[in-house]
This record gives sequence, structure tokens and C-alpha cells, in this order.
Amino acid sequence: MPVTDYDIVIGLEAHAHLLTRTKMFCSCRTTFGAEANSQTCPVCIGMPGVLPVINRKALMLALRSAVAFKCEIPATMRFDRKNYYYPDLPKNYQISQNYTPLGVKGFVEIETSKGRKKIGLDNIHLEEDAGKLLHPEGSGAVYSQVDLNRAGTPLLEIVTRPDMSDLDEVEAYMETLRRTLEALEISDCKMQEGSLRFEASVSLKPLGAAELGNRVEVKNLNSVRAVLNALAYEIDRQAAALDARERIDRETRLWNEELSRTERMRSKEEAQDYRYFPEPDLGPIVVLDEWLQEISASLQELPNERKWRFEDEYALPSYDAGVLTQKRAIADYFEAAVAAGRAEVSDPARLAKVVSNWVMGQVLKELNDRKVEITDFPVTPERLAGLVTLIESGKISNTIAQQLLPIMIETGEDAGRIAEQRGMLQVSDTAEIEKLMDEVLAANPKPVADYRSGKKAVFGFLVGQAMRQTKGKANPQVVAEILTKKLEN
Amino acid sequence: MDLLCATAVDVSRMVASGEISAREVARFFLDRIQTIDPKIHAFLHVDPDWTLSLADAVDAKRAAGKPLGPLAGVPVALKDILCTKGIPTTCGSKILENFRPPYASTCVEKLLAADAVFVGKANMDEFAMGSSTENSAFGPTANPWDTSRIPGGSSGGSAASIAARMALVAIGSDTGGSIRQPAALCGVVGMKPTYGRVSRYGLVAFASSLDQIGPFAANVRDTARTLSVISGRDERDSTSIDAGVDDYEAALTDVKGLRIGVPKEYFAEGLDSEVESRVREALDVLKGLGAEIVEVTLPHTSYAVATYYIVCTAEASSNLARYDGVHYGYRKTGTPDIIELYSKTREAGFGPEVKRRIMLGTFVLSSGFYDAYYTKGLKVRRLIKQDFDDAFKSVDVIAGPTTPTAAFRMGEKVEDPLSMYLCDIFTISTNLAGIPGISVPCGFTSGGLPVGLQFMGKVLDEKTVLKVAAAYEQATNFPTMPENL
Repeated sequence: MPVTDYDIVIGLEAHAHLLTRTKMFCSCRTTFGAEANSQTCPVCIGMPGVLPVINRKALMLALRSAVAFKCEIPATMRFDRKNYYYPDLPKNYQISQNYTPLGVKGFVEIETSKGRKKIGLDNIHLEEDAGKLLHPEGSGAVYSQVDLNRAGTPLLEIVTRPDMSDLDEVEAYMETLRRTLEALEISDCKMQEGSLRFEASVSLKPLGAAELGNRVEVKNLNSVRAVLNALAYEIDRQAAALDARERIDRETRLWNEELSRTERMRSKEEAQDYRYFPEPDLGPIVVLDEWLQEISASLQELPNERKWRFEDEYALPSYDAGVLTQKRAIADYFEAAVAAGRAEVSDPARLAKVVSNWVMGQVLKELNDRKVEITDFPVTPERLAGLVTLIESGKISNTIAQQLLPIMIETGEDAGRIAEQRGMLQVSDTAEIEKLMDEVLAANPKPVADYRSGKKAVFGFLVGQAMRQTKGKANPQVVAEILTKKLEN
Repeated sequence: MDLLCATAVDVSRMVASGEISAREVARFFLDRIQTIDPKIHAFLHVDPDWTLSLADAVDAKRAAGKPLGPLAGVPVALKDILCTKGIPTTCGSKILENFRPPYASTCVEKLLAADAVFVGKANMDEFAMGSSTENSAFGPTANPWDTSRIPGGSSGGSAASIAARMALVAIGSDTGGSIRQPAALCGVVGMKPTYGRVSRYGLVAFASSLDQIGPFAANVRDTARTLSVISGRDERDSTSIDAGVDDYEAALTDVKGLRIGVPKEYFAEGLDSEVESRVREALDVLKGLGAEIVEVTLPHTSYAVATYYIVCTAEASSNLARYDGVHYGYRKTGTPDIIELYSKTREAGFGPEVKRRIMLGTFVLSSGFYDAYYTKGLKVRRLIKQDFDDAFKSVDVIAGPTTPTAAFRMGEKVEDPLSMYLCDIFTISTNLAGIPGISVPCGFTSGGLPVGLQFMGKVLDEKTVLKVAAAYEQATNFPTMPENL
């Protein structure tokens, strides 16, 4: 059977480093790339008798994510110990949350070509990262080295329900999660620095079957590409196995980037027993209502929600809303410009679309060319609104407006004043235009004759001639009206 | 004044007034250790240079006209479970044989700030697991009252150092009785405060939810003064209690009208008849002092030992996982891979009792058994705490024997862990409930072995516990040092 004869069931676990200056349970720095073991202390290297102290900032950032993803947050939570031996884990247990994760049952809403979908979250919890093992290059090395700089870095784990059914959804989920955590300043999500990592689990079942297939977990996924490639490989592998009436074992597999395949790491029977129990060195945390109120009050709209609001509220196409909400400051700029233009422009949908075109086009181009952030852009949203208002009220043409923007950037002046000073305002004076039209008609006898004999297509040419005559300053609508009148007579 | 008969309070007063220098005091006790300790082996590490430098710092402070702390020049023995910066801290284990912590425990810092002078690191059962100090990787400690007998444990070195007057104050840790039981068997005063009263930062962890640091001394007043010094909230220990510290010494008044509960469950099978007699005599003394003796019941007492060995072994199995030969401490060399490195290091580094508890703890936390053991253990723990809460509705303190018997002979229970575990039957409940307890001398057996009387109090009510202990001590005044040592 082809892959399309199976339902694909995918869940993801994301690990994100929280944006804190210091570690989860001690005051060591979390700076990336420091000299090995230079950011360590007795607490994060697990010396005898030392005790963890919770990093409040990390707790608040983690709760922020739980609120943002609409999780249920327990009134009281604890940390638990996850016991396993590994040389990058100095205490040989990780302080994590198992019995009372700080958020359960939330969701991340994604959008693919098939529409919007809520990907359920099983839980969000807070834990400490492990260190890193360094294996010396070359064969014959009989030792490994341990760098504990990363040990104890605050880590947010976000575990989805098995709600994704194709790779588009997986990609949209990863992108949405990254954008959201970045926008809320919860994590910098730099996958190349390991501050955002994914593990996936995938199973197949015959189309429509109620019972889920055996789940395979895939680890060692160091990029978005790796996640997608590994899942694509794993889906094919499982489909082929099921076609051949083979059993899929519940197991953990590693993605081999070089060979582009997954390889068995351990079976379910070999799975570790982590012997979770409540961390006795840390008391229970009572989650205060005021914390949650503070978080809710400071929480901005999620990037996806903002996109969808732009589509509804401003009647923008999905593409526009997506581009505008890519960065929070751009979206803020857009909304401020629309708000400033409202008093002058009566059709709100039109205003929004014109402002959107300007922001996506000229404004982003200028920002890019000039290498400036939108927050430092000399043309404030109000000034852009002024420019748009001039266009919409017929005082300048689009062509003139294109010329005006660079001058506004250079001079910092508003559009109206520049246009006035430089004689760029559009001519709407019918008497003056009528005089110009007469000149145009006189200079183009053939097209005029063609028009009058029924070849209406030359009308556009005549308007173009008229506009050229006025150097683009004549109001095209007035020009068209007068021209029609004169030609019909 | 003969320093052997001096109290810590005396010494600090004399040092502060210049009657004697801290160096002279230190010299005296170092000499005493040199003479006596070969018979007792209370110390694992004595470093005269360290001790004298601490004493000199106290003398220099006085010479500079600065006020001295409440333990000025007082010779203090530290159980070798407390991290001392740059000074060996072995926890009685081969696995930490050459470990010198790059940091000091909060308790040690507080004692130094009070101008105490450390005379050495005291012997203990490995990782505080034991009731006789025979589980020390570096040899047992002898009971100063009868050197063929054990001093109790796990803080046996600390208790023996006081009974033999090699120190005037000693610090121990108590997870299930490890201060009070050796204090009873060595005929000195030993107190386990409320859980969270003294910071555990820098105390090598055995069972984190039960461990508590506390003082030993030859008398209640010295104990109270030391407790005032080491108590208090510590930002580095999230489980330390954020409450003001009472002046425990000032609280030592009379006991008229005090209601003392006596749990009937503490006078049951297994209690030695001589111990029972001494304790009943003690209750009569208290009655004579104007206290009211009331029978109370602690119905879940019989489950305490079982509950304790679930909770403490579970926590220990995790706490001791870090001793793996990778980052510090003992490492078995020549192993072919990391798994062998772990297992050979731990096989050679830990003694049999530690291994037994790690295995028990690993078992009770393992998948499929967790609920039957650990979860149930926590439930019973809450019931035991409830027993005390109920009893304290009608009484101010609870009194009873500290131990079921007096000191036993070395080797007597080494092959019988269960009977060893039962040594702590009367002390374990207070750790499970987190309440304070003290053991004070209440006489001797016919064979001349000390017997201890235990008082237990409400959470953070160390004041009342110390008050009743002091009143009883004043009325009886039993000798706290053997004559022919």
C-alpha cells in the first residue's frame, strides 16, 4: 500500500532554553560559547551538600508560556527528580517536573494550506539542561571530556499530543512555536546553538483505524530540516514494514544525518526507569494568582493570533497578514499607521490594504537598503498615514508618492509639506486641466480620430499622454473625466 | 579554672575578658585530643595548624578591640558530614577520602562568625547511615564510658568528643536519631531542631527531607547557645524556615504548670527495664518540679521504622548517585568503559550498609513498586505527623526514652541490620514529623552506662523543649564525663 493508505500520527517534544542570564538553580551565567567549564559552581557541578535554589525569572518565563498556550496551571506544583546515570549529568539526576508539570492541556494553533488547526499540548514543564560530552578527534582516544557550562541551564519542555498528521503540520507547528517563543521573549530559539531542540514520535495506522500503531521515538534532530527528513524517512520505513506485514516495535531511534536514515537506539524493554520522586530539596511552589494576572496583563497577542486578527479586522489577504505579523515591530507600525489614517480615509478596508502595500513594499525595501530597524525609521507611522492620505484624497499620485518617500526619509519632513514646497501636489483644477487636455488632443489627432470612430482602446494612451504632460501631478480621475467629456463631444 | 570542667559559656566569657586566650584553649583541647583520642577515635581529621589559626584569628579580633561572638574561643568538633572549605570532608566514606570542598557549609560559616574554634572533623557512620559509628570506613569510635561499647551513631564521634571532653560543643546531623541516640548513649546533651531551623547548605545529603543539623554539649545552656548561633533562614537552602530565631538561652526558666505528654507506645516491648526505670524516675522528678504528666497516644508509632526506611533509602539512592568517580572523589581506575567505571568505583567506594540502602531505595522508587512503597510511605508519614499534632493539642512537650537500650558492645549488631535499625525506634518519628527533639542524661544503668531522656516539641518550639530539658538537668545534675578515662 502507498503511504497515503495510512493515517500518520506525530507528536513533538520541544526543549527550549529560557532567556535568563543565570542558570535554573544557581547564579552561574548561561552565555553560549564560553570556555569549557568556566561557567560552573559547586551547585551546577553537583558537589556534596549543595542545594538548588529556583531561578524566579525562569519560573515566570515558563509560566508565561503556559499562559500563552492556554494551559491549565496547577495551584501548587513541585519539582521532581529524574534519576539516570550519564557523565554529562553531574548529580546523576535531573531536576524536572513529572507529577505536577506547570502547564497541562493547552494548545498551539497552527495554519497550513488546509486551514487552521489546534495542536494539543500534553504538558509544559521546567527542568535543567545537562552538560556536553566532548569526544576527542581521531581514533585511539580512550577518554571523553565533559563541559558543564550548559549543565543547569533552564530548559522548557513542551510536549504535544499526537495531533499532527502530516509534515506540513509539523513544519507549521515548529515555525509557530519558534515565532511565539521568540515574540514573547521566552527563548531565543537558536537551533544552531541548541537553544531549541526537538524530538519526535511517529506511528502509522490503516486509514480510519481506531487503534494507534506502535510509536517510534526519534532523537538527534538538530534542525527543522532534520526533523522533517527524519520523519519522512520514518514514515516510509514504517509504511514499508506494515505493507510487508511486519510488526513495528515500540522503540527509540536516532537520526543519522550523514546516512539520512534512522537507526535503532533502544527498544521499549531497554527503556530506562527514571524513578521519579518529588525533589525534597525544593518545597512546593504555590502559584499566586497575582503572578498569573501579571503575566496575562503583560502578555501580547501571539503572532498567529495577530495574523488572523489582521485578516478579520482589516480584511487583509492571508499573505499580507503573514508578512506584516512576521515581526512584532512591523505589525505595530502597520497598526499605528492605519489608526492615524482613519480620520482622513473613509473606507477602512481600502486604507488598510493601501497601508499594507506600502509597508510590505517601499517601507520594508527602504529598511532593508538602509539597514535600519523599523523602530528607528524616520518615517513614523503617522507620517506614512499622512502620505497615504494625500494619495487617497487625490492630492498626489502614486508615482509622486514613490518619489516622496525617500525625501521624507532624508529630510524627516511630512509628505504634505514636501509636496507643497516642491510643487508635487496634484492638479485637480478643472480649468487648468481642460486647457492641458485641449493641448493633448490637438497634439494627437490620429488617436482622437480613432477613438471617435469606435476604437475606445486608445483612451488609455491619451490619458498617459495627459499625465506625462502634467508630469504626473494631474489627478488621473479628473483627467479621465474631462478627456471623456471632450472626446464624446 | 580547669578547662575540663568549664562550659562553653564559661570559655567564651573568659576568652572575651582576656582571662585566657583562644590559643591557650585550643592548645589545651588539641593536647587532650592527642592524649585521649587514640583510645576513642572520635576524630577523622585533626589539623593543629587549622585550629590554631582559627584561635589566633579570635585573639587578633579581641586585640583589635572588636567585640567577640557568643562562642568566642569555644572548641567545636564538626561531624565530618559538614563541608569545610579546603579541609577534608569524607562523610566517613572511602569514596570521599581525599575530598576537600571548595566551599563551607552555612552552619560552619555561622560558627566561625560566632568566633568558634574547630578542633577537628568527627567520626561518623558512612554517609550518616548507622546507629553505632561502626559503619565508618575509617574504623569505629569507642564509647568513652566503656571503650568496648559503641557510642551510638551516626554522629558517634561528635557525641564521644563531648563525653571525653575533647571539645565543649560538637555539631552533628540527625536523620532518624543520629544526634539524640549517640547523645543518650554517651551521656551528653544532643538536640535535633525543627526541620528547616538550621540550613542544610553544605551538609552532605543523606535523606534531604529528614536531615537536620544540631548541637551537642555537656549541658543544656551550651546547647541552647549553639543552637541560637546556627539557626535561621538561609537563601541557599530553600527548605530553611523563614522565621525569627529565639534567644534559646534566655528561655531556660522553670517548668511549673507545663503539661508533659508521655506516649504509651514508647513503653512497649523491646524497652530495656533499666532504661524504663530511669525514664520513669525522670518523670517523677519533673512532676516534683511542678509539671503535669499526662498520658498521650501516638497510634502510628509502630509504622515509623518501616516508613522511615522507605523515605530515607529512596532519597539516599538518589542523593548518593553523584558519587560515581567521574567528577570528584574516589575513582576506580583501569575500567574499560563508563558503566564499569561507575560500578567498580561504587563497589569499592561504598561500604555494605550504604550499598544496602541504595539498593532498597532504588527498589522502592522503581516503576511498579513506587505506589506500594514510596507513595504509601508518604501517606503514613502524614499520619505520624498528625499523631503529634493531635497530641500537642493537649500537652506542651512529649517525653520518653531516647533509646530502647543503653550502649551495646562493638560488633554485637553488625551482622543484624534490622536490630540496628530498631535502635532508632523512639527517635525516627520526630524526623518524619519534622519536630524538634532533645536527649538529656537521665542517669545510668547498673553497669554504669548512660541513659537518655528525650523531649519532643512542637514545630519551631525549641524554646519549650530546651526549657524543660534545662529544668530537669538542674534538678538532677548527672555527671557527663566518665571519671577514669
